[in-house]
Amino acid sequence: MAMATPGSVRVAFWHATLFRRLWVGNLLASIVQPLLYLLGLGVGVGSLVDRTSRASDVLGGVSYVAFISPALMVTTAMALAANESLWPIMGGFVWQRSYFGISATPLGPADIVGGHALWMAVRCAVASSAVALVLALFPEARDWGLIAGIAAAALTGMAFAMPLMAFSIRRKTDEGFAAMNRFLVIPLFLFGGAFYPITQLPGWLQAIVKVLPLWHGVELARGFTVAHMGRSAGLGHVAVLLGWIVAGSLLSHRFMRKRLYS
Amino acid sequence: MSQPLVSARGLAKKYGDMVAVDSIDFDVESGEAFGFLGPNGAGKSTTMRMIGCVSPPSAGSLQIFGLDAASNGRQIRARLGVVPQLDTLDNELSVMENLVVYGRYFDIPRAECRRRAKELLEFVQLGERADSLVDQLSGGMKRRLSISRSLINEPDLLLLDEPTTGLDPQARHVVWDRLYRLKHDGVTLIITTHYMDEAEQLCDRLVVMDGGRIVATGSPRSLIEQHSTREVLELRFTPNGDGERHGDMSGIGERIEVLPDRILIYTDDGEAALVDVHRRGIQPMSSLVRRSSLEDVFLHLTGRTLVD
Repeated sequence: MAMATPGSVRVAFWHATLFRRLWVGNLLASIVQPLLYLLGLGVGVGSLVDRTSRASDVLGGVSYVAFISPALMVTTAMALAANESLWPIMGGFVWQRSYFGISATPLGPADIVGGHALWMAVRCAVASSAVALVLALFPEARDWGLIAGIAAAALTGMAFAMPLMAFSIRRKTDEGFAAMNRFLVIPLFLFGGAFYPITQLPGWLQAIVKVLPLWHGVELARGFTVAHMGRSAGLGHVAVLLGWIVAGSLLSHRFMRKRLYS
Repeated sequence: MSQPLVSARGLAKKYGDMVAVDSIDFDVESGEAFGFLGPNGAGKSTTMRMIGCVSPPSAGSLQIFGLDAASNGRQIRARLGVVPQLDTLDNELSVMENLVVYGRYFDIPRAECRRRAKELLEFVQLGERADSLVDQLSGGMKRRLSISRSLINEPDLLLLDEPTTGLDPQARHVVWDRLYRLKHDGVTLIITTHYMDEAEQLCDRLVVMDGGRIVATGSPRSLIEQHSTREVLELRFTPNGDGERHGDMSGIGERIEVLPDRILIYTDDGEAALVDVHRRGIQPMSSLVRRSSLEDVFLHLTGRTLVD
């Protein structure tokens, strides 16, 4: 007898089937935004920044475009994973009720949570690959390290997806979802180390940023490309991201059980 | 005597202080169509969720296919088909995609899913709609799609939670016809409903539930024989608001039930009872003699009508 397909893969197949109708638009959206930032900030602000020698020191001696490029792969993954782990989770319980459909089959909460994690890894990898391809068009951003950056982006995406999934499972309505975007995703985008080193921030803000996943993903992607990253620092970033993924998954599983098996 | 497919003893479900299902016993035999009849809130859906292994019992035992429901959920669910009260279809997917995705949950190979899906869609008369998005289907079609989806794993037991609630009469008849065929093909069905006609049409045997308890068990026919008379005389009076709008009817028929909008006289001979009523000089606005139904059984057992 053939080996059984893991439950999370079966659930990911459902996600993939849904995505088949949407992938062109989604992928374009994933590319357009980072491209706009690259052109608007990278070229615009960059032309100013690159002229001052002090700024170049802070950036580690690389151009501004090279500095923000790997980060754009990671912020793309963050935004995508956050959006896919708020309203769609609510839909699984309230609008489409798909999770109840799945729970009537041999599959259960662990498969749904695992399927979401797996699917988020795939989605983030695909989206950040597309961004990497666009980045490779710019000589300053072109770097073989962008390929390893895809892994950093996928890990970061999951590190947002799983805790946000846990948050969404507990919600009865989508109240608070927009706030998650406004008060978590967008501030992190601005203050999470994507556009300047967080050493520019006051200490208390640095402390907050260092707890949350984005900065670790950004540093990791940058370490693979333009910046020097020691082995222990790299492993440290991976450990924090994995910590968020594991904690988020465990909580999601627990909440999912409670909500499905009442 | 073969083992029953489902066997519950002292089965109970509590949510905090609220007792949804209060220590019920029942057996469902292989090949029968078994019904849970009762008003909203009687505990039917909760019982169904326990049989579907998505709601662990608070007390008692529940055996399905000879397995303990509390500890073998996965194995049991692999052999169940479930049509939930509210559809759980993927509206943004096509009819065919819905079936294939669902079949994959059971780890049925994709090609086999498609083969079965084609057959099942023919069976529920949706063969022409395989490529339509679910969003574009009518309520009755979605219900039929839910039924076909529940059959993708060739289940040994099919659970249908209010399969025709919210459908128009024509759509209901199409669903009944399909369920009748499944029953004819030997599929074991468990159905919850608050429609008497549905229970009478589909169920070989049923239990009447009220307030989390089973108040009667039997075939529709035997329940009517045990708990009601052969015929019922229904009388309607002009609504003038006072309680003494009709004369004294005591002694006519076996039993009299006074409802807000009408009076029911239970008797084996409705026409004779009507003659008695007229003889006493009572002039109802309209009268109707009909056979007893499960509604009368429920009314007799609980003092309330099924659908308020």
